[in-house]
Amino acid sequence: MRALLALLLFVPALASAAEVGVEATGYNGPAWSPYIAGAGIGLLSWLTFYFADKAIGASSFYATLAGYVGNLFARKHTESLNYFQNHPPHMDWSFVFMLCTIAGGFIAAWTGGEFRDEWLPVMWRDRFGGSTLLRVTIGFFGGVLMAFGARLAGGCTSGHGISGTLQLNVASWLTVICMFAGGVGTAFLLYTLL
Amino acid sequence: MIDPGSAVKESIPPVSASPSGAKLAGAAVFGLAFGFLLQKGGAAKYHVLQGQLLLQDFTVLKIMLTAIVVGMLGVHLLHHFARVNLHLKPTRLGAQIIGGLLFGCGFALLAYCPGTVAVALGEGSWDALFGIGGLVVGSYLYAELSAWLKVTVEKWGEKGKITLPELFHMNRGLFVVLFAILLVGVLFVLEHYWPR
Repeated sequence: MRALLALLLFVPALASAAEVGVEATGYNGPAWSPYIAGAGIGLLSWLTFYFADKAIGASSFYATLAGYVGNLFARKHTESLNYFQNHPPHMDWSFVFMLCTIAGGFIAAWTGGEFRDEWLPVMWRDRFGGSTLLRVTIGFFGGVLMAFGARLAGGCTSGHGISGTLQLNVASWLTVICMFAGGVGTAFLLYTLL
Repeated sequence: MIDPGSAVKESIPPVSASPSGAKLAGAAVFGLAFGFLLQKGGAAKYHVLQGQLLLQDFTVLKIMLTAIVVGMLGVHLLHHFARVNLHLKPTRLGAQIIGGLLFGCGFALLAYCPGTVAVALGEGSWDALFGIGGLVVGSYLYAELSAWLKVTVEKWGEKGKITLPELFHMNRGLFVVLFAILLVGVLFVLEHYWPR
């Protein structure tokens, strides 16, 4: 607990001292007010609890994908793993939900004239240059760490960060505070050192 | 089966079990709405997410806190009248502190989270594909170590399913109302200092 507090105090100090070399708010903002989007997601959680008896979550989708891919290449080994014995990959509610999340993002972007069709985010290019390889390599390792952390903690920024916190789950508030502490610390290291 | 909320002593007849097809159709509609809202909120843009972690753009925190306030009020009210089940995950200090910190490191490197990376792909940010590849590999890596983690890290500081009102020995309804006021206050402070 004391270490956590120290970390939380350390971050703002670092923030004021560090020169990250880029201003994120200089790029195009969201289409809708964050309060409208946030309230919509809150309302959506009422509906998923009521109609589907489910809490919104994203990260298990990738574990299901991992199970499918594992079964494709090494079925015996994959089926022997503790996690996949308890969570065999299925075309379940969460899987369909996340597939349609991709489609929902596409519809919103397309109809709003925000479809990007780009490999490199503009802010990344302005700060780190035009190497797509650098971006996707770092991003890939980010994905690996994130999925491992989410499985260990039992959820991600959706499952813990929204669904768990709104249920006032202690596990979720602890997890999401650690997520942001780790995220802010690493983001400043990345943008000041690289 | 719906668990009875605090206002309802007798369990009411549960909503009739929908056939699997209807359930999955519901998942599709809810998923579409989730992706749509995240995209409109700007939460799938690299600079918005990375801007949040660099403490420059507070859009993500505003979306999350608003969703928490609205969701919390509705879900707890529905639960009070025994219309929904809660889906609480057990508190495990070791796993959640280490897992949360690892997640945060990864989040800063990719600058999309597991939900928004799917939306980013839909938005045509193709770098999201490599993030998704990483998420699949990371999930398999966890599965590979899951038997060992279960008896080590995930045993450290096991507290069971606990909620904040229980932790503070408060009435749940009162806590929900006070906490909603607190979070709205936080949102006002955020809006004052960080208009975006």
